[in-house]
Amino acid sequence: MSETLTIENLHVAAQHGHHDHVLVDGVSLTLRRGRILALVGASGCGKSITCSGAQGVLPPGVRVTQGRVLHNDTTVAPERLRGRVVATILQNPRSAFNPIRTMADHARETLRAVERLDGDWRSRTLEAFATVGLEDAESVLPLHAFEMSGGMLQRAMIALALLSDAPFLFADEPTTDLDLIVQARILDLLDELARRRNLGVLLITHDMGVVARLADEVAVMENGRIIERATTREIFDNPQRIATRELVEAHMSLYPEVA
Amino acid sequence: MSVASLDARASRRRMWRLPIRDSWAVRIALFIVALLAIAAIAAPWIAPYDPDAVDLARRLQSPSLSHWLGTDHLGRDELSRLIYGTRVSLGSVALSIVLILALAIAVGGLSGYMGGRIDQAIMRFCDCFLAFPTIVLALFLIGILGTGMVNVIIAIALSHFAWYARMVRGLVLSFRQRDFVLASRAAGASRVRVFFEHLFPAIMAQMIVLATLDIGHMMLHVAGLSFLGLGVQPPTAEWGVMIGDARPFVWSMPMLILWPGLALLLSVMAFNILGDAVRDRLDPSLHGDHQH
Repeated sequence: MSETLTIENLHVAAQHGHHDHVLVDGVSLTLRRGRILALVGASGCGKSITCSGAQGVLPPGVRVTQGRVLHNDTTVAPERLRGRVVATILQNPRSAFNPIRTMADHARETLRAVERLDGDWRSRTLEAFATVGLEDAESVLPLHAFEMSGGMLQRAMIALALLSDAPFLFADEPTTDLDLIVQARILDLLDELARRRNLGVLLITHDMGVVARLADEVAVMENGRIIERATTREIFDNPQRIATRELVEAHMSLYPEVA
Repeated sequence: MSVASLDARASRRRMWRLPIRDSWAVRIALFIVALLAIAAIAAPWIAPYDPDAVDLARRLQSPSLSHWLGTDHLGRDELSRLIYGTRVSLGSVALSIVLILALAIAVGGLSGYMGGRIDQAIMRFCDCFLAFPTIVLALFLIGILGTGMVNVIIAIALSHFAWYARMVRGLVLSFRQRDFVLASRAAGASRVRVFFEHLFPAIMAQMIVLATLDIGHMMLHVAGLSFLGLGVQPPTAEWGVMIGDARPFVWSMPMLILWPGLALLLSVMAFNILGDAVRDRLDPSLHGDHQH
């Protein structure tokens, strides 16, 4: 049996005065190493909150009311999960870096967070940067986020995720803020890395094109619940639920030739 | 070396160039502040006399070659006392600011991080401090703590920290949900580390501006409380004490009030002008060539 990460019966609620507003309503997911699971749904359906809820990094006033996360069938506290078991790629690479810190600072921070900062951090960072296709990695180290392009930054963020050597990866809309050409390259990179490094990926997206390209399985979310799960092929060939069909049809109407 | 990083170098260099060339007012202010700093550090070497040496035979003398600014009612050299007074003024303000920043970051940081009821409770507590003018609050605190330099520093810190704490809280609130803070948390960094890595530098930049704007104000507090006999106690050479000491001789030797008063006026003005210049310099919205 391969290594797994399971989110079990996750409930997340936002507190409004004295009553709770449910954002995630009993979501269960299982990631396997070497497999890419796409979590799709319209904006505001609770995809990102599921991800940050599992990691325990919810915004103020929002909390996990029920549920747990299991790593190989043992319960793990969210703070033990972060960085060590799960690396994260955020949507907007430009704001995901501290504007006053260099790439080298961020790499050191990432390594320090998982207690892997040692004498050869530099060579490991350069290696990770090279792996994600940042040419001339040496010259990238002293750069700040505002000195780099969106595509470079997203690559740098993926490099940081690799640096922590976590077996699982949460990618929250990793290509939404990039232009189409860069998107395609980043998706290829993610695909290749997931296979090569045998990562278990939770890919959060509303873009069915991304799903078609990368995912092995798909879970569709609506109003905080998972309403359908199937392999990628089944989702495209034979969507069961209206929301799924809408997502697929919206995609097909935009890119008819891909079908 | 890429073009982008050269650009960044240049903009950093612009950032660090002191605001000397900005205007003659800033230049003079900077000169006065430098003079004060030298006087404070090198007081034992540049002061012509011991500031506490009483010489009753030479009391209340007018300025002369041996006593440039004259002598006070106990025959102490006015210039030496003025120079030593710089130490007390700058030293007590510096210590107050350190204390204020420590308190503000602890209280404001806690408030911003905890949120909810704790945040509300802490902020209402701070409102109690904000409700009174700082000098009234300082007088009240000295009434409780007693007089003396240490108590003045504590009183000034307690009467001012709430302003800073409120700002720290606001900054923590605005920063803690930034993407790069989330990214850092998701990468496994602890709250404490995230605070010092990402929030602290942003907070300190703002705090330094606020503090430089407040230095003059706090100097006036120290001198004012000392003048009233509530702060630094005679015979310590301190500007407020000197003005207080000279009060009975306001008609016969008005110069004795003039010198420390002038020193106070000039240094407060200098720090205020410099504070404004630092604020302008660090405000990114005021210069377009700086990118973030």
